[in-house]
Amino acid sequence: MPVIDLANPSRFLTIVNRLLPWLTAVTIILFAIGLYRAMNAPDDYQQGATVKIMFLHVPAAWLGMFGWGLMSVAALGTLVWRHPLADVAGKAVVPIGAAFTFICLITGSLWGRPTWGTYWVWDARLTSMLVLLLLYLGVIALYWTAEEPGRGARAAAILSLVGAVNLPIIKFSVDWWNTLHQPASVFRIGGPTIDPALLTPLLIMALAFTLLFVTLHLASMRNEILRRRVRSMRLLQAQELAEAT
Amino acid sequence: MIQLKAESLTCNRGGREVFRNLSFGLATGEAMVVTGRNGAGKSSLLRMIAGLVRIAAGRLSLEGGEPDIPIGEQAHYVGHQDALKATLTVGENLQFWSGFLGDGRAVEGALQAVDLAPLTDLPAAFLSAGQRRRLSIARLLALPRPIWLLDEPTSSLDAPSQQRLAELMHVHLLDGGMIIAAAHGAIGLERPRELKLGLA
Amino acid sequence: MRSFNALLLRDVQLAIRIGGGALMGALFFLIVVTMIPFAIGPDLALLRRIGPAVLWLGALLASLLALDRLFATDQDDGSLDLLMMAAMPLELTVATKAIAHWITTGLPLVVIAPLLGLMLNVELHAAGWLALTLAAGTPALTFIGLVGAALTVALRRRGLLLAVLVLPLTVPVLIFGVAAANAAIMGPAPFGPPFTILCALSLASLVLGPIAAAAALRHGLE
Repeated sequence: MPVIDLANPSRFLTIVNRLLPWLTAVTIILFAIGLYRAMNAPDDYQQGATVKIMFLHVPAAWLGMFGWGLMSVAALGTLVWRHPLADVAGKAVVPIGAAFTFICLITGSLWGRPTWGTYWVWDARLTSMLVLLLLYLGVIALYWTAEEPGRGARAAAILSLVGAVNLPIIKFSVDWWNTLHQPASVFRIGGPTIDPALLTPLLIMALAFTLLFVTLHLASMRNEILRRRVRSMRLLQAQELAEAT
Repeated sequence: MIQLKAESLTCNRGGREVFRNLSFGLATGEAMVVTGRNGAGKSSLLRMIAGLVRIAAGRLSLEGGEPDIPIGEQAHYVGHQDALKATLTVGENLQFWSGFLGDGRAVEGALQAVDLAPLTDLPAAFLSAGQRRRLSIARLLALPRPIWLLDEPTSSLDAPSQQRLAELMHVHLLDGGMIIAAAHGAIGLERPRELKLGLA
Repeated sequence: MRSFNALLLRDVQLAIRIGGGALMGALFFLIVVTMIPFAIGPDLALLRRIGPAVLWLGALLASLLALDRLFATDQDDGSLDLLMMAAMPLELTVATKAIAHWITTGLPLVVIAPLLGLMLNVELHAAGWLALTLAAGTPALTFIGLVGAALTVALRRRGLLLAVLVLPLTVPVLIFGVAAANAAIMGPAPFGPPFTILCALSLASLVLGPIAAAAALRHGLE
């Protein structure tokens, strides 16, 4: 089905309403399989069972970055191709991407405590994810202060693209900064190279989380469309009452 | 019987003398319309009575009323702005002013009197200019104060709303209130006193 | 009492709803604290030593930037006029607005400070003491800032003028706040004296701030 067919919001809503129950079911099944495999995966010889935070932490990291990529594509849709649902898609992704980034940071921090001895270290990778979270929060703040949804959407789209271009630059500069000033204590950041016994559950969990992302995204888009409808209806109601009284 | 007395009022705004030696008296049950070209000081006079603009010279007093309470606390001021918060609903906006300035009752009656009752739960952001002005007028009804200071009250109002405002003003005067309004033309008062600014 | 409740509730409601800017201060706090290591370097030992100072500075700047919206929105839509024509004394009115402002701006800073402390390698229990000093000191920042906000309310291009006016006045709060936090985290100086003075500063500003702010608002009338 060509993308253009989805351009009609009502059509989109009907498709999503039919699709969501199936998506939810498949997501739950995948999580069941993934969690079962994760529970039965062997413990790490060094970290013990703690290593299993990885099954939550790594997919969250991937999806946090994936979220920003999706926002950028949606931004192009809003600004360049003028797809009618692009700004809805862009707005719907933001809280989901931000949540996954946040989960990545928190799980990483909790993982770091027993393995590194500290909750936080200004490692290049951690810092880049933190900056990504700040960028997400900035977009959320932008949406929050915009009074009109249309204006906020365009501003957020520009910010998404600027962020997308700037993220590699930020990553590069943070790497440079981190190697420039060596930390006072040296921590072992790497773990063992990943074993197939851990890789398969990881991939299943990643797939499950990705489906969760998509499900939440579609549901969020549906909510946003309905929210805009409510807003239009209220405007209409005020206008009608103005003419009647 | 309360009388508002102004003696030799002078007003300075932005270094410029807006009006000088203005005197008038107004009793309860009476209405006064302040006219004059733009910049003559109509809004400044209203704001001066409300206590929002400093009296450069002269005296303003309320005789026969509560001597300890400033005039501003016994007056309602409806200026060019509507003092509405866009994220609060119509009902919440009025409920706040009614509760803050008075005893928090009579909100529904006030909304009904200006025909805004059906819009009670609508966020104020969605109101048209005329509806916003009517909500400001509802504030006058939600808690009683003797003096009404109205700055071009009929602007943004359509003919039926202007008629309704005229009726409300009439009732207020009968109840022993007084009205001072700044306007360019007639606003529906019956034979009001007229104060023309800017002739000196 | 009803007026107090009505105004307090309304201001908190407005700050929380869309466009109100309630958590913007906390977000700024987060960003500023994140920026410091980029400038100083990721040396954890050094960050731990200056952690309390960084957190206090971040909280100060975040409080400052949020002060603008204390009176601005009410001034812009004409509500300030009506607030000044109320039976409630103007001093009490501005104090109520300041309390609402602290609840929506200052309190979030206190709450996320321990989390930010973790990023600066300050342990949780130490960060708790730090949050306590912030809880005692941020009201002073709000009530002192109240005066600056009232002085600049009528200006069109207030911008940084508000910060320039208020920052010098907040120096004592900063000094005693950081001293108390350092005393709690590292010692050997006792925690009591600077903390008590900090509380005293807050209580004094609670009374003097609204008086000065009300006078400033009245003086701002033409």
